[in-house]
Amino acid sequence: MKRKIDFISTQLNRSFVVTKKNVKIYYLKGPVIVFGLLFPLFLFLAFMIGKSIPLKELLPGLIGMVTFFTATSVGPSIMPWETRSRTLERLAGCPITLWAILLGDIFSSFLFGLAISVIPLLLTLTLNIGLSNFVVLFLGLVLANFCFSVLSVLFSAYPPSDLPATVMMISSLVKFPLVFISGIFIPIQQMPSWGRIIASFSPLTYFTDLARRLILNNGYYPLILDFSMVVIFTLIFLVVTIKLHEKTFTKRIS
Amino acid sequence: MAIKQKSQNAIEVTNLSKQFSNITAVDNISFEVKKGEIFGFLGPNGAGKTTTIRVLTGILKPDKGTALVAGHDVLKNPLEVKQCLGVVPEVSNAYVDLTAWENLMLMGELYGVPKKEREENAVKLLKDFGLYDVREKLAKGFSKGMKQKLLLCMALINNPEILFLDEPTSGLDIESARLMREKVQQLNRDGKTIFLSTHNMEEVNQLCHRIAIINHGKIAAIDTPERLRAQSMELQYIEVLFDKPVNLAKLTERLKIANVSPAGNKFRIHTTNPHIIIENLVDFAREDNLKILDLDTMMPSLEDIFIKLIKQKI
Repeated sequence: MKRKIDFISTQLNRSFVVTKKNVKIYYLKGPVIVFGLLFPLFLFLAFMIGKSIPLKELLPGLIGMVTFFTATSVGPSIMPWETRSRTLERLAGCPITLWAILLGDIFSSFLFGLAISVIPLLLTLTLNIGLSNFVVLFLGLVLANFCFSVLSVLFSAYPPSDLPATVMMISSLVKFPLVFISGIFIPIQQMPSWGRIIASFSPLTYFTDLARRLILNNGYYPLILDFSMVVIFTLIFLVVTIKLHEKTFTKRIS
Repeated sequence: MAIKQKSQNAIEVTNLSKQFSNITAVDNISFEVKKGEIFGFLGPNGAGKTTTIRVLTGILKPDKGTALVAGHDVLKNPLEVKQCLGVVPEVSNAYVDLTAWENLMLMGELYGVPKKEREENAVKLLKDFGLYDVREKLAKGFSKGMKQKLLLCMALINNPEILFLDEPTSGLDIESARLMREKVQQLNRDGKTIFLSTHNMEEVNQLCHRIAIINHGKIAAIDTPERLRAQSMELQYIEVLFDKPVNLAKLTERLKIANVSPAGNKFRIHTTNPHIIIENLVDFAREDNLKILDLDTMMPSLEDIFIKLIKQKI
């Protein structure tokens, strides 16, 4: 048992080393800036400008959108970049497991997402909009960031491309429909029943609903269900991400 | 629990195979590398050298067979295997967006080398390889030779027992290649076992205690370079250039051997006794009033030995 704990602790330490490396290398890459910063900003402005909706009403959608886009902006491109530059082989030759490498990629995506998405969250404090529970919302934000970060690394699993642009395109194909079905622009309660069914398959739905409940006191699902679903999605994404990357790893190397 | 097996061999490979889709990259190979040896692994492109290295370094899993590296089974304990190794891959794969120092620190941390030790090792290695003054520069600005030196530094940061070098001098200028070979010899004198993959026969001659030749995933021969060369003496040849045109039939008749062929403006004469042929050529030139402008004794190339070995196998 102690040996197992030591092994996991060593591997976790090494995954943080991978995270540190990713922060230095990938945070300032073009696609990360475009998809992680500029894109959510302009999407939000396009949504907000010309509408007479109070900022408080927009905040749940803003937090959901910013969290989703920023947490998924770093992860998809790391594996293709590392495959292309052959640095993945370098990592694979070190005493670190594939799951620890992937966890390192997830952590780097998570930290980027958290650092940016906390800005609209802080808006709720500065604007004094009567948030019911900041700590719970922050916890939800942390969980959602982790969930979306895992999803972002999953995007790069298949096909095992070495072209960041290809993976970004695939991730955009998934991300945009998710944004539109997840209650960011239209609250779930205003959706038709088929829309609600589709929305229930998106992890973003539960985080947006959570934010809507805590900011506007107007959620659709119970808070515990929102949290549980984000955790369940995270676990499913994590297992699928590791399994798929294990399956495609040989193709990346050879 | 990882079990380390005691052995006089640094590497023991038994019936190892690796397949990609329907291509057999490594086909049932077996060999040993002794501790403290420089073991050359030769073969043309696509022969299975890099795949073998990737399996032995725990990057790829073998489909069949076993391989013990530093006493650890690559299939059962790949992390223990990796912990004992340093690898310089065929393609330069330092992080070009990191400095030389950051690359070394990254490797040290991934191998779990304590901070003080990895910093001391890094300083020593960078000074040894002449990279200390550029340690804060991004690797993307490095020349091919500097990148190769950096890769070797990265492979040595954890002071490994066994060093895998995949084409370490490929693409380097003469001076850098020579420096790299000197470093390899020095590392071997310091007690490291070195597994050297190359297709440079001269490099093998200079460095390796024993070599294995691989083609189409199969081992064609394993021996010392001298013994392999001795087995292939009939493949050596002499190239001679006369100052005037010479009739091929006449030359063949005078030398009393059939294996003479034109090679550009020269003649190529395959022989196991070059000294006798040289004497005959000098006599021939004197009698026919010819001048010998150029005379070279050519040792068999890797390709020559290789083709011979493959033919023998068939």
